[in-house]
Amino acid sequence: MGSDIKLDVLDLLEENAKRDNKEIAMMLGVTEDAVRRAIAELEEKKAILKYVAVVNRDALEESGRVEALIEVKVTPQREYGYDDLARRIYKFEEVKSVSLMAGSYDLAVRIISNDMKSISKFVFEKLAVIDGVTSTVTVFIMRKYKENGVILVNDEQDDRLVVTP
Amino acid sequence: MKMEDFVAKNVAEVPPSGIRKFFDIASEMKDAISLGVGEPDFVTPWNIRETAIFALEHGTTHYTSNWGTTELRREIAKYLDLRYGLSYEPGNIVVTVGASEALDLVFRAIIDPVDEILIPAPSYVSYMPGVRFAGGVAVGLETCEQEGFKLKAESIEKAITPRTKAIVIPYPNNPTGATMSREELSALREVIVKNDLLVIADEIYSELIYGIEHTSIASFPDIFPRCVVINGFSKAFAMTGFRLGYAAGPVPIVRAMVKIHQYSMLCASSMSQVAGLEALRHEMETGFAQVEKMRKSYDMRRRFIYQGLNEIGLSCFEPRGAFYIFPNITKCKMPSEEFCNRLVHEKKVACVPGTAFGDAGEGYMRCSYASSMENLKEALKRIAEFVDENS
Repeated sequence: MGSDIKLDVLDLLEENAKRDNKEIAMMLGVTEDAVRRAIAELEEKKAILKYVAVVNRDALEESGRVEALIEVKVTPQREYGYDDLARRIYKFEEVKSVSLMAGSYDLAVRIISNDMKSISKFVFEKLAVIDGVTSTVTVFIMRKYKENGVILVNDEQDDRLVVTP
Repeated sequence: MKMEDFVAKNVAEVPPSGIRKFFDIASEMKDAISLGVGEPDFVTPWNIRETAIFALEHGTTHYTSNWGTTELRREIAKYLDLRYGLSYEPGNIVVTVGASEALDLVFRAIIDPVDEILIPAPSYVSYMPGVRFAGGVAVGLETCEQEGFKLKAESIEKAITPRTKAIVIPYPNNPTGATMSREELSALREVIVKNDLLVIADEIYSELIYGIEHTSIASFPDIFPRCVVINGFSKAFAMTGFRLGYAAGPVPIVRAMVKIHQYSMLCASSMSQVAGLEALRHEMETGFAQVEKMRKSYDMRRRFIYQGLNEIGLSCFEPRGAFYIFPNITKCKMPSEEFCNRLVHEKKVACVPGTAFGDAGEGYMRCSYASSMENLKEALKRIAEFVDENS
């Protein structure tokens, strides 16, 4: 099989980053060496950024983390547009993701912290005061049902009979 | 009379399904890994389930036409044309309670006492009993591993008698995973036409095919007018529990099938028909994205288990269809049934003995790879141990 396996390798690792090369090779019908090369290339091209676990902290009672989505309106700046403002925001350690949106606000900022108080503090003291930020709306995430394509509350089970025609 | 004596002879004489027997054994082993499941491991896609729920909420709870709803039959006609180049009108199509009912109907619609029906072996468990319940005689056409479990014109020729009426063409095949290419099917046309056989093409696995394209034998102009195509929603759209299938074919045969269907079944479930309509429409609109995603996932597991079984020394032919693989277990020098019995008791892996699909399955077992990668990996490990200990 001479065709490009990079996309398939990417899919398989996105589904389960713990798969070893041998398993991927068997699933794609290629050599382990081909898989190793594909992964090296994907890493080099930054198509694979890092290998992380998809976690569900709510499964642990002591998780004690609060997550919020902050809808930020900004005034785009001459020459830099939104990029410079986005940069000023995403550099903060507390900020987990920043996206530019089309709609009623400009930047969607996801933030994770230990308690609500520190999130409020972050918004008032760090975010709202940035030049160019005109308003913020903070919404707290109460419960997660699906994240990164993974359903966190499992409501379906395999109830197939053990042997069927 | 004893109660047993009330049972009709042609029913009593048909042996119980080998699958059923094995189900009883495997069910007792609570923590066994099962590679014995003959259905997708995907739950029905949500858009289909959601449509069925909506239909229920809005009172789609009545009988439909015996034939199935016109909308659904139109959509099936469109699908068969788009996918396999078969041009049917809704009047050629009957919607049934699974492809299983369609099989039963076609047997009952065409068989007079002792008519002979040719059936490749090994194959799906229902053909032989279906023929016998209808009063016919099932004649096995043995296929072999060396020939990829494909059907050959010579073996049809040899089995022909004046009573031969029809032939079942079941590809992609359960249990072997065998497929037949356009050329290979074409080679069967002459003997079929010459002997004036009706063709029953069971194509329930037509969407689950890897590395080749599915050809319906009905797509040959000389076979089309003598062919009943049977298909359904269970495998392609992971809708087994909906029990929804169909048959498409020449009007006189389909009419005869509908006659039986209207007196015995009346119609397929109305909410299932609505769900089936959504399945076809959605996939045709989205370029079969969901079907393709499932197909690809089976394909990867197929390659994995094929290489895995070969590596542990169970040679097997590479299946190109369905979600079964049929390894040769003769190196362990025990009958298939004993092999599978001991495998489930000693290693807690349930596979189905090849003999459940007819005597031609001796020396093989059927493994379904419609199971998680974790299960497949662990099952391979345990089968390897078992093979090591017994060869």
